[in-house]
Amino acid sequence: MTWTIALLVASALAFGLKLLGHLVPVAWLQHPLMVRTADLVTVGLLAAMVASQAFTTGTAIRFDARVAALAVAAILFWRKVPFVVVVIAAAAVAAGLRALGWG
Amino acid sequence: MSKAEARRQGISVGLAVGAYGVSFGALAVTAGLHVWQACALSLLMFTGASEFAFVGVMSAGGSPLAAVATSTLVGIRHASYGALLAPLLRPLRGWRLLGAAQLTIDESAATGLAHHHRKSGRAGFWAAGLTVYVTWNIATLAGALAGARIGHPATWGLDAAAPAAFLGLVWTHLERFNAKVTAVVSVGATLALTPVLPSGIAMLVAALVAVVAGEAVRQRPAASDASAVPLTGGQT
Repeated sequence: MTWTIALLVASALAFGLKLLGHLVPVAWLQHPLMVRTADLVTVGLLAAMVASQAFTTGTAIRFDARVAALAVAAILFWRKVPFVVVVIAAAAVAAGLRALGWG
Repeated sequence: MSKAEARRQGISVGLAVGAYGVSFGALAVTAGLHVWQACALSLLMFTGASEFAFVGVMSAGGSPLAAVATSTLVGIRHASYGALLAPLLRPLRGWRLLGAAQLTIDESAATGLAHHHRKSGRAGFWAAGLTVYVTWNIATLAGALAGARIGHPATWGLDAAAPAAFLGLVWTHLERFNAKVTAVVSVGATLALTPVLPSGIAMLVAALVAVVAGEAVRQRPAASDASAVPLTGGQT
């Protein structure tokens, strides 16, 4: 298998996985268990994304400037600061800390 | 939250995350891919974690088959997103179905699912998906052309923008006690599982473990659940 073919096959499989969820029959989605847990699944996935993006690099756990940025973001969200401003502020905190040689 | 606000939210998530494509482009070329191959990966595969996994296997000297297997494993969680997004996006047919499928990634699913209302959720999904698609692909090309010469996006704190954005998206869902439990367990499980499972799989398993924990501490019957959006009907 050449790398170009691998690239095409992997892309096709990635697309297939994405498409699969959109083709799940409505009857399955209306299953009581699915309806009951849909809100928690959302919370679980979003929290996993936060953890994975903030505290990991590859397969390693790493606490660096992102942790401080996330803490600042949490305070700003708590103070009801607009979403866009918080995202920019988080990036600025991480960039600032790294400029100072930390994280 | 209004449709316009959801769209703005999606665009800001998209710009922050998409810019990170620079580091993928640079890494892909360093790993030995041609510039056009790096761009093809971002255009066709279009899922950051799987693209990084593919290139990671390549730079570690792995076989093409191993790269396919690893990137696919990392992408398995995407199959759950389409089902979760169904109340917001369906009915989907033809090019809209194919487009929605290609744009189904962490950021678009997160932005869509963060909204309780169908129209805001849909606007958020499409805005985030399209913005990441355009930005990520331009950034991949820029990174691939510049290679290692370009500064790492972490210098600009871009790697902190994504978790902050995801935190903002989950924030509004944390009012109930069992939702808080789910979030905390999910973070803990992600940290515990990341060293032993491929990144995408760790997230999926962590989320499932967290849902079981959240269900275990649910205080009221599901009938009082206001966030369940009906599958049919144009609720706004």
